[in-house]
Amino acid sequence: MMLEAKGLTFSYRRGSTPVLRDISLSISSGERVGLKAPSGRGKTTLCRLLAGYDKPQKGRVLLDSRPLREYRGACPVQMIWQHPEMVVDPLLRLGETLREAGEIDKRMLDELHIEDGWLERYPAELSGGELQRFCLARALRPSTKYLLCDEISAMLDLVTQAQIWHFLLEEAERRGMGLLVVSHDDALLKRVCTRIEELPFTTL
Amino acid sequence: MKNGNRRRNAAVFLICAAVILLAVTASGILLEEAAVETDFAEKNLPPSNRALFGTDWMGRDMFARTLAGLSLSIRIGVLTAVVSGIAALLLGIAAATLGRKVDAVISWCIDLVMGIPHILLVMLVSIACGRGFAGVVAGVALSHWPSLARVIRGEVIQLRQAPYILTADKLGVSRLKIVRRHMLPHIMPQFLIGMVLLFPHAILHEAGVTFLGFGLSSEQPAIGVILSESMGYLTTGKWWLALFPGAALVLVVLLFSVAGEYIRRLADPASAHE
Repeated sequence: MMLEAKGLTFSYRRGSTPVLRDISLSISSGERVGLKAPSGRGKTTLCRLLAGYDKPQKGRVLLDSRPLREYRGACPVQMIWQHPEMVVDPLLRLGETLREAGEIDKRMLDELHIEDGWLERYPAELSGGELQRFCLARALRPSTKYLLCDEISAMLDLVTQAQIWHFLLEEAERRGMGLLVVSHDDALLKRVCTRIEELPFTTL
Repeated sequence: MKNGNRRRNAAVFLICAAVILLAVTASGILLEEAAVETDFAEKNLPPSNRALFGTDWMGRDMFARTLAGLSLSIRIGVLTAVVSGIAALLLGIAAATLGRKVDAVISWCIDLVMGIPHILLVMLVSIACGRGFAGVVAGVALSHWPSLARVIRGEVIQLRQAPYILTADKLGVSRLKIVRRHMLPHIMPQFLIGMVLLFPHAILHEAGVTFLGFGLSSEQPAIGVILSESMGYLTTGKWWLALFPGAALVLVVLLFSVAGEYIRRLADPASAHE
């Protein structure tokens, strides 16, 4: 399986300078690609395009040579956001949010140290790290083939960071899942990734 | 303790307002016959213990007529606010979710209806629908939906770009489920407050259009009819014919208006710590 971005150009307003210009990238199954760039260079934008949240002005995102938009139901490319509190409905208990797209494997909740009591709480009642683990469990559906991690551990303590990355690497290995890891932390990228790219792309 | 009190006061006020409005509506229905009963031996009596709000030139009890009129106004107000509210909800969501062309058409309709003075539109629709109860309800309902529809359209446009809604969509949650679970609960406070605040408008316009002779028929004891008829007798010193029904109408409108404000306070998360 191959996730490919071909010649992506994107700007947030028509006529303004593009955030991304003619960007191409490919990630094969089981590959862990690191992405680094200074702030404001379009790392998150690239993730949003690859996950299909936004439509590029030019270029295409293909999964196995088929446009990503043609996939129905749960998208095989999932994104984990930098701010987990933005991607959970503040009015729903976490258990309801977790189960709305189908049941979640109990093993995954245990491995991410998600306590049963959390699922009865509202998002505002959990910390950032607890919410981020919850978002990971939700995104790792059986149908997920690629995971785009947009600075997912930037605001977490070292112990939680280690827990999350340990679990994620094992899970990616077990499933043969492709990862795109966005981070400013060079040490993390070197430790986690099989290949590191910098925007605009030059292989390091 | 002080923080919790404003919300508790709001809840107590809302319960009292609901009880008063229900009592007025129920007693008005029970007094409908008394409101049209004539007694020429008791005509033109000023307010006294025998007739609390006095009697009119046909000896009809003004207390019974006022309550019956208010009851009719409240029922029309509730009916029109609900019809307007549902129309606003459906059109607002449709404008925000069904693409640019639908949005352009609905937005144009909103501008068109808002561009015509309410009372004029209510009169025209009422006449077109043959006046009476159906005419007034159609007129008021068709003229009051645009402002609420515009609010709901704006809310939904903002919501549909919310990351948690985009994520739910990416996780394969169906469109219908997203609207039901993630959108409706978020627009419900604005919708309910908007609908409650439609009541006072609806009641005033119903009374206004009836007063001008384009609404309910003169046999019905509506506040507009009572006020319109009393105009001919005010100059002869019979002040009670207009004062009590008019003041009662203002009180009911104020009750609805303040209740809407209190509901906003209860429903708005930003006011939780007031």
